[in-house]
Amino acid sequence: MTDAVIRRMKDLPSTHLLGSGTPMCAGCGGLGALHEIYDILGAKTVFVNAAGCMTLLSVYPFTPFRGSWLYTAMASAPAGAQGVRDALDILIEKQRIAAEEDLSAVVLTGDGAAYGMGLSATSSAIERKLDFLYVCYDNEGYGNTGQQSSGATPRAARTATSTGSSGHSGDKKDLYAIWIAHRPVYAATVIGAEPLDLARKIEKAKSLKGPRMILALAPCPTGWDFDPQDAVEIGRLAVKTGIWPLKETIDGRTVHTRSPHPRLPVEAYLKTQGRFRHLFEPARDEALLGEIQARVDAYWENVGAPT
Amino acid sequence: MNRVLLTGNGAAAWGARLAAVDYVPAFPITPQTEIIETLAKWFERGEMRGRLTLLESEHSMLTAAGAAAATGVRVFTATSSQGLLYAMEMVYGLSGWRVPFVMANVSRGLGTPTTLESDHNDLLATRDSGFLLIVCATCQEVLDSVLMAYRLAEDARVRLPVIVNLDGFTLSFTREPVEIPEAQRVERFLPAFDPQGIRFRASKPISQAVAVLGGTPYSYFRYETHLAALEALTVYDEVADAFAAEMGRVHPAVEAYRADDAEVVFFMMGAFATKAKAAVDRLREAGERVGLLRLRLLRPFPEAQLRRLLAGKRGVAVIDQNLSTGKGGVLHTELASALYGMRNAPLLASFIGGLGGRDIGAEEFYEMAAVVRKAAQSDDPPAPRLLYTRAELREVRKLQALAAVERAQHHEGHAPVDTGGKQ
Repeated sequence: MTDAVIRRMKDLPSTHLLGSGTPMCAGCGGLGALHEIYDILGAKTVFVNAAGCMTLLSVYPFTPFRGSWLYTAMASAPAGAQGVRDALDILIEKQRIAAEEDLSAVVLTGDGAAYGMGLSATSSAIERKLDFLYVCYDNEGYGNTGQQSSGATPRAARTATSTGSSGHSGDKKDLYAIWIAHRPVYAATVIGAEPLDLARKIEKAKSLKGPRMILALAPCPTGWDFDPQDAVEIGRLAVKTGIWPLKETIDGRTVHTRSPHPRLPVEAYLKTQGRFRHLFEPARDEALLGEIQARVDAYWENVGAPT
Repeated sequence: MNRVLLTGNGAAAWGARLAAVDYVPAFPITPQTEIIETLAKWFERGEMRGRLTLLESEHSMLTAAGAAAATGVRVFTATSSQGLLYAMEMVYGLSGWRVPFVMANVSRGLGTPTTLESDHNDLLATRDSGFLLIVCATCQEVLDSVLMAYRLAEDARVRLPVIVNLDGFTLSFTREPVEIPEAQRVERFLPAFDPQGIRFRASKPISQAVAVLGGTPYSYFRYETHLAALEALTVYDEVADAFAAEMGRVHPAVEAYRADDAEVVFFMMGAFATKAKAAVDRLREAGERVGLLRLRLLRPFPEAQLRRLLAGKRGVAVIDQNLSTGKGGVLHTELASALYGMRNAPLLASFIGGLGGRDIGAEEFYEMAAVVRKAAQSDDPPAPRLLYTRAELREVRKLQALAAVERAQHHEGHAPVDTGGKQ
């Protein structure tokens, strides 16, 4: 692998590729991350989309993408990437197109598809060693339909389908671990609020061939109930509290690229969002807060000493 | 030409091979597997150039098919029955992508009950999807129809995917003599694939299959697809003429067999039409003016042609190898709508038969012809009939009796011990 050329904030691209004026919500953490990702990936890409919020990026006759786009369905975007990749390989092998006409296949999916309906197609694409980049913007619920609970919804979060006093009863599925179990070429977590970390990971992913995943936590003002102007700060708090570990895995070896030290208590993150308000009002739910903190503590204890 | 014995599945694979398809996304399902195994072998041996990729489901298989076609290669795939239903979201989706590719469907009855043998309910589930539908009755026709389907799908006036249907077992596993045309002839009939405006290239970014907002653009694109499908009626006839000129075999949208002077005709589709032909021959020998109209092109529906062919007929026995639960035979409904308002339209009688591989016997064809002849004389349309014999009913009663005995024995011999709810 080549050494990353992005070392400092001033190395980040100064021209931005993704157009503005999209129908995404103000303060959308997913769109913020996508802007940063697209700046690095560039326009020689086909974004193969699974049904979700970002399906609305390309609505006839407009698109913010300078490169190409293919909407598929909720369950099968990785199979769409397979078809695009196979076809381009065949066209190049048969010399029906020049090598310069080649494109990278990028799956763009929300967590609803990624953690649930699309998991079978994703697992199979990795197992076939498909050369593709998989980008999941994870806003921890079926955001496009009004934030019902998904496989990515964290414990205790209030959603449109878990409105009780203790919120969502399930645990957030560890999609990263599921990916790693497939031994992909590359996997990384990112967040738009940490643009340098994100850019270095995208650059690394771009330089590799094979199945690669970028899992981006996407603070969601409408789904998580916070003021759009706080999206970046909430993203930073997700990292500083250790709730969203920034890491990457190459050749089966996982490295944490940020180790928050000292880690802020999880409630610094939770209390910024209406979806967790019932943990603080009318009375503090010490049991649930303790459970969430203990889970984060246990994760970092397993990681070992901060680097 | 090279004349060999081929199964319907083998003929479908040969069609794809002769069409020089670039890409085959695949998923196995009985009774289709021989098609993809044959193609896999040819790709592996280098007898075909391109790629076969095994997906993890038919839904993914069709997504990959559409995506590859949208990237600009010639695509072939094949499925059947439950697999077709599993892919149904994409079946409906892909016609709107306007990607021309060909899928063989090896017809098999749908669950429940689960079965492996043939009827046409799987195909008919795609009726309103925007795929064009060609229904075969012989193995030769399967090979020929795959080639014709590519020329039809890829025509600039059409640009829609096509299903070529062959009946499971009766065609898929039955060997018939099939002429395999020489490659040069195929090249003359079917030019190399031209993706036209639909392809992904770095130098020409494009957004495909995008969403629309509101009914106005939605209706526009849906109407456009419909009009292209209607245009495919004209294009189909051109393709059939060109095929006949090059290969010497005629495959019209509707096959008419001894129908010119017929008073009563059978109307049906698929391989059982071969049995109908034999019945027509016997009835003709007995002096009956009976014929057959076999629908080959189910979508677009050749309405004008059917009205022409049925003008002056006394009655039609519509034989549906399908069942629209709570309504009846789908072809019966389709034909009735096509003939509505036609002066002196023939009387239509509906017969359901051949579900899940059930045979339609010669005697049943004779009986259907007699029923229609009699009804036409009295101008009194008979009630729809579900073909079933006394012998079959006895057979099912026997199975039911066995099931009852088995159940009783199970309860006596293996009754769970009462543990007072503490087991």
